Amino acid sequence: MHPNTRSKLWLTALGWFAALVIFFPILWMILTSFKTEINAIATPPVVLAAPTLENYVAVRERADYIHFALNSIIISFGATLLATLIAVPAAYAMAFFPGRRTKDLLLWMLSTKMMPAVGVLIPIYLLFRDLHALDTRWGLIVVYTLMNLPIVVWMLYTFFKEVPKDILEAGRMDGAKPKQEVWMLLLPLSLPGIASTALLSIILCWNEAFWSLNLTSSNAAPLTTFIASFSAPEGLFWAKLSAASTVAIAPILVFGWMSQRQLVRGLTFGAVK
Amino acid sequence: MHQLRRAAVFTAALLGASAFAQAETLTIATVNNSDMIIMQKLSPKWEEATGNKLNWVVLEENVLRQRVTTDIATNGAQFDVITIGSYEAPIWGKQEWLVSLDDLGDDYDYADLIPSVKDGVSYDGKMYAAPFYAESSFTFYRKDLFEAAGLTMPERPTYDQIAEFAAKLTDKSKEQYGFCQRGKPGWGENMAFVGPMVNAFGGRWFDEQWAPQLTSEPWKTAVSYYVKNMNEYGPPGAAANGHNENRALFATGHCALWVDATSAAGYIFNPAESQVADKTAFALAPSAVTDRGAGWFWAWSLAVPSSSAKVDVAKSFIKWATSKDYVKLVGESEGWVAAPPGTRKSTYDSADYQKAAPFAKVVYDAVSNADITKPTKDPVPYVGIQYVAIPEFQGIGTTVGQQIAAALAGQVTVDQALETAQRAAERTMKQAGYPK
Repeated sequence: MHPNTRSKLWLTALGWFAALVIFFPILWMILTSFKTEINAIATPPVVLAAPTLENYVAVRERADYIHFALNSIIISFGATLLATLIAVPAAYAMAFFPGRRTKDLLLWMLSTKMMPAVGVLIPIYLLFRDLHALDTRWGLIVVYTLMNLPIVVWMLYTFFKEVPKDILEAGRMDGAKPKQEVWMLLLPLSLPGIASTALLSIILCWNEAFWSLNLTSSNAAPLTTFIASFSAPEGLFWAKLSAASTVAIAPILVFGWMSQRQLVRGLTFGAVK
Repeated sequence: MHQLRRAAVFTAALLGASAFAQAETLTIATVNNSDMIIMQKLSPKWEEATGNKLNWVVLEENVLRQRVTTDIATNGAQFDVITIGSYEAPIWGKQEWLVSLDDLGDDYDYADLIPSVKDGVSYDGKMYAAPFYAESSFTFYRKDLFEAAGLTMPERPTYDQIAEFAAKLTDKSKEQYGFCQRGKPGWGENMAFVGPMVNAFGGRWFDEQWAPQLTSEPWKTAVSYYVKNMNEYGPPGAAANGHNENRALFATGHCALWVDATSAAGYIFNPAESQVADKTAFALAPSAVTDRGAGWFWAWSLAVPSSSAKVDVAKSFIKWATSKDYVKLVGESEGWVAAPPGTRKSTYDSADYQKAAPFAKVVYDAVSNADITKPTKDPVPYVGIQYVAIPEFQGIGTTVGQQIAAALAGQVTVDQALETAQRAAERTMKQAGYPK
């Protein structure tokens, strides 16, 4: 065998192995969701004996999945849209017209992510109570927008920096105003980057549990609350919890799978000049 | 004729509108366990009877505690009915965060409530939460293994006897362990087992002047016993095991002895969830120098926050869900073994329940003997068996639990763990201004 072919084979095998290791917890969760509760706790573990749909039936009977899923979709997409609308002009200004303090500003924005969320729980809760924002979708959209804004700005800033300034300058020479420059030149050029930023923001919103558990109860509760309702420190509900988790991650998994080409293009955007 | 029809339609619309105006929607926060799931399943009967609606918020116990505490302390008014434990009920009642539930009517039959349970959810003689189900702790053991080894379990074993049994019944080659107890740190996890064990060894959390007693002899003896037996006869990775992990081990036949919640008996007896349903028997929680406080006490209860704007409807739901009729409804629709245990004497008088739940008498004895007002051999200024009903206890209990888990994992000695725990407890109590 040609050495090149052999190393390619090894690399492929390694890639598959790494992918399997990363995917294994999800695979195990999906398998567990088709087991009875007694098989779910069996030692040594039962891989798949007499698959059953009883957990999915129980999950469907106990909670209105569509209500939670709809909240997740509206809140995740709403927060991502709002964050992107705010972050594009901010990142544009920082990437193409940097000031003396732009780097410090970026670092400061990122540093806000380092604060533990629980530290501001009570002030935010009181603010939400007074604004009647508790258990509302718009309330959670605002919190998620603010939560993800530093990362969205950072990512867009990095992607915009990869766009050659000359192209924008040429546009300007041809009489393009800043709005046209962003809309007709910058955005089409950095679309893969924007798409992957948006996708990451949607995933972060979808998986966020702290604020959704604390600021919602029923009307605006997203899928993270749905999953939490199947967890218990006293009571064996592992199979049902797995079924609830599987249906909770299914939409985002399908969405991620459908947009993986865009995501990979975005993440490698500008990597090779 | 037309006018008559128009008048009839108008009247019907008015009636409909007034009925609509009277109907309320309650938001109820509860925990995810089988008894509450049954309540959720049966609640449409209450909705149909009253015309009101229920919005359910079901959360994991610790998440619920944090969520409800934040809401009630900030007057958020997100919930009309909340599920709380016997730890919160007196503390929140004292703070006037809860509405008193002493006026549910004569037909509620307060005298039918087991006195220790009613006391557990009361403060200053007022009941602030209605007990939904209550539990103590007792000893689960494998009668087939006991028979095979020629051993006899007494009605109330001592910790010395438990250690002897554990030694004889541990066979690591068969993955069979004699001492499966909680090891995961937390005031509601390992400390739920260690606390009553310390009581049985004659210890207490605080003396009458609120001075922490964690370095006293009973604590050292009890924790040394726990660490030794868990290491020698416990399952691998015991320091990470909580109720669920031990329940899974016991249900799959890997444990010979397990001291834990009486409420788990129904599941261990259910062949659909347990491989040892016909091989399990029960005894009271082990004692040592005393049996006072040897079994814990916990009651999941329903309460109405003072911030709720729908107090009367909320009380009506609570009255329904914690009544004798509700117990009967569960028994008849879900099977008597699923009836909420530990709250009403009438449940234990029921022949149907006695027949379906062979553990009924042991549970009744354990719950009714669990006196939270006299939890220890020596006098104490607090109520609570496995907890101390003061707001500072959650922090102290978890810190002590972490130190004991560290001793179990061999990171520190028992003496070092208890000294560190004692210093932390002293600091917290001093900052909180005790003695008050």
